[in-house]
Amino acid sequence: MKKDIILSGVGGQGILSIAAVIGLAAVKEDLFIKQSEVHGMSQQGGEVYSHLRLSSNPIWSDLIPEGIADMILAVEPLEALRYVNYLNPEGWLITSTEPLINIPDYPGPLSITSAITGIQNHILVDAVKTARDAGTTKAANMVMLGAASPFLDIREDSLINAIQKRFTGKGEAIVEINTEAFRAGRNIAIQKK
Amino acid sequence: MADEKIFLLGDEAVAQGALDGGMSGCYAYPGTPSTEIMEYVQASKEAADRNVQREWSANEKTAMEAALGMSYAGKRAMVCMKHVGLNVAADPFMNAAITGVNGGLLVVVADDPSMHSSQNEQDSRFYGKFARIPVLEPSGQQEAYDMARNGLAMSEKFGVPVMLRLVTRLAHSRTAVKRSSVVKENGLQLPSDLHQFILLPSMARKRNKLLLSGQAAFAEAAEKSPDNKLVISPGADRGIIACGLAYNYVMEVLGGNAGGNNLLKISQYPAPVEKIRKILDHSETVYLFEEGYPMLEEQLRGLPPEHIHIRGRMDGTLPADGELNPNLVAQVLGKPYPKGMTIPSIVTGRPPSFCPGCSHIDVYKALKVALAGYGHGRVFSDIGCYTLGALPPYDTINSCVDMGASITMAVGAADAGLIPAVAVIGDSTFTHSGMTGLLDAVDKNSNILVIISDNSATAMTGGQKPAGLDKIEQICIGLGVKPGHVRTLIPLRKNHEDNVKVMEEELSHEGVSVIVARRECVRVTAKRKRLEKQSK
Repeated sequence: MKKDIILSGVGGQGILSIAAVIGLAAVKEDLFIKQSEVHGMSQQGGEVYSHLRLSSNPIWSDLIPEGIADMILAVEPLEALRYVNYLNPEGWLITSTEPLINIPDYPGPLSITSAITGIQNHILVDAVKTARDAGTTKAANMVMLGAASPFLDIREDSLINAIQKRFTGKGEAIVEINTEAFRAGRNIAIQKK
Repeated sequence: MADEKIFLLGDEAVAQGALDGGMSGCYAYPGTPSTEIMEYVQASKEAADRNVQREWSANEKTAMEAALGMSYAGKRAMVCMKHVGLNVAADPFMNAAITGVNGGLLVVVADDPSMHSSQNEQDSRFYGKFARIPVLEPSGQQEAYDMARNGLAMSEKFGVPVMLRLVTRLAHSRTAVKRSSVVKENGLQLPSDLHQFILLPSMARKRNKLLLSGQAAFAEAAEKSPDNKLVISPGADRGIIACGLAYNYVMEVLGGNAGGNNLLKISQYPAPVEKIRKILDHSETVYLFEEGYPMLEEQLRGLPPEHIHIRGRMDGTLPADGELNPNLVAQVLGKPYPKGMTIPSIVTGRPPSFCPGCSHIDVYKALKVALAGYGHGRVFSDIGCYTLGALPPYDTINSCVDMGASITMAVGAADAGLIPAVAVIGDSTFTHSGMTGLLDAVDKNSNILVIISDNSATAMTGGQKPAGLDKIEQICIGLGVKPGHVRTLIPLRKNHEDNVKVMEEELSHEGVSVIVARRECVRVTAKRKRLEKQSK
C-alpha cells in the first residue's frame, strides 16, 4: 500500500487537522507515514499545503515527487488546482466547492469548475453546506476527510477513532459533529465514486 | 520511555532528543523554521517535572550566551535559532568555539533554503566550518533525535560546542521517531580550569591552539561515523554524494538502495576526506546533492584528478539556488518522474495578508494619511507581520532587512537629509535588536519618528510571549527619549482621526519621537479566549 496525498487550502481552514487525523489512524494501522507542513508567514491567509505520504514500506522523501500523487484533497477549489502538477493522471482531485475570496484577482467560478471537471477523476463536495447540516461550518475539513476516506485504504473505524481522539478535548458535542461531518462527506464520495 | 515510538516534527525530534540527552536548559528566540523546538520543550511535562530552563530569550545572542553560561556551570544546554539568527549570535558562537565548553552545548540552526519564510538562504554549515567545530546534519527525523541526544555528549567529549543543522523540510515534516533511554542531567560543576572562559589575548591564543589540536579528532570521528555511510558498488562508474536531507531524495529516486551507484551519505562534518577520496577513486563522474550552498562541491573541485567529473550546483547540473526536491534529483540521475499536469493559467497567487482586525492595518492606514504631505520613500520597516505593509493596498514601507534595521536605517537616512525618516518596528523586534539603535538616535538627536507597532506578541511565529511585554514606553524613556515624545495610542478604526493627529504632531517634531501603537494580536486574543473557555 502506498498513498501520496497533497492537502491544500488557505491558512486557518484546518488542513493540518486533516493531516493529524489521517496520521493518527495510519499509525494505528502500523503504516509508515511522513507529513510535511507549512509554518510561518504563509499561514496568515495565504496558500497552505501539506505533503502526506502513507506506505506499508519505509518512506524516504518528505516531499512527494511531482507527477505521482494519488490524491489532491483540498478545502478550497483554487487551492486544489494549484498543485495539479503533483497529481498522476489516474489520481483523484477531491475538493470543496466553496471559494475563499481574499485576493482581488480571484478567477471566476465557471473557469474554476471547468478546470476541475477537466481532470479525469474528480469529486466536488459542497463541504460548507454539508458541515452546516452536521452542526457547524467549522467541520468542513472533516467533511472533506470523509470524502477522501473511500480512497485512503485506511479502515473507516480507524479514521473515526482518530477523529474522536483528535477532538475529545473539545467536548462530546464537537466530537459528534465532526464524526457526523466525516460520515456525510464519505457518503457523498461513495455516491460519486 | 525507551523503545517508545512517537509522531514528531523534525523540530520536535530535536527537542525530545535533547531532553533525553540530559539537557538542563533550552534557550531560543522564535524564528521559522526553528520555533517548534522550544515550543515542544515548553509543552513537555518531563521538562516541567525536571524544571528544565525553557523561557524565550530577547534575541539569539542573549540565548547563545545564556546557554554558554549554563555550559560553564557544568550542565548541558541547547540553543536554537533560524539561520539568520546565527548572524545575531555570531559573536558568542565564534568565541564559544575558543572558550570551549564544560557542560555539553548544542547549537541548533534551522536553515530555510528557498526562503519560505526568510530574507536569505545562507547555509549554516559554513558557520560550523568557520568556527572549526563538528557539525551534524541529519537526513531524517530519527537522526535528528539521535543527533540531538548524542550531540550533547559529543560536545562534552570534544570540549567544544557542536552544531546541529536542520533545513525547513526536515524541521517541518512529521514521522514516527523511536526514543532511547534518558540520560541523567549533569550536576552543578565548575570548569576544572577557572581561566578557561577568559578570552584575554594571551589565554585565547592557548585556547585557539587547543581548538586547532582537536581538529584531527573531529575529522576522525566524522570518518568513523556510521552516519557518514559509503557504499561502493562493483563496476559502478557513477558516484553520488548526498548531504543531510538530500540523501532521502536520492534514496527515494533510487528506490531505497544505492541502485548500482557508488553512494556516500554525509551527515557529520568536518567532511570525511578518506571516504570522499575513496568514492572519487571508484567513480568517473560524481554528483553532489547539497541542501543550501555548494559547500562540499567547492572543496571537491580543487581535489580530484582531471579525469573525474564533478557535477553539482556550480556547473549548472543543479540550480545554483533554492532547495532540492525529488524531481530535481531524479532528473539529474536520469530517472525522471512522469510529468504532472500543467497548472491552469487561472491559478493566481494568494500571498499572505494581515488577519482581519489586525492592529497593524490601523497603524498603516493612519500613517499613510499622516505622511501624505511628505512624499514617498521614507518608511523603514523591519521583520514581522507588519512587513506585509509592503503589499497593496497599504504599500507603505520601503525596507525590510534584518531585525532592528528599521530604526538605524532611519537614523542614517535622516543623516543624509531625508527628514523626517520613519521607522516601523514590532514590539518583539524592538527588544530583540531595536533598543541599541534607538540609543544611537537619542545620542545624536536624530530627526526620526519610531512607530512601535506593539501587538504584545512575537506574532508571526505563532504569538510567543515577547521580552518587553508592557515595558516598551519605560524602555524608550530609559534610553533617553523625552517623555513628552513617547506617545501611546490604540490602533482601532474608531481612533483613526486622533491617531493621524498624533502621528502628524510627532512627524513635525524635530528630534526623536516614539509612538507606541498598542493592541494585542487578534490571534493571541482568540487563542487566549479559546484556552479560557476550555479550562472552564
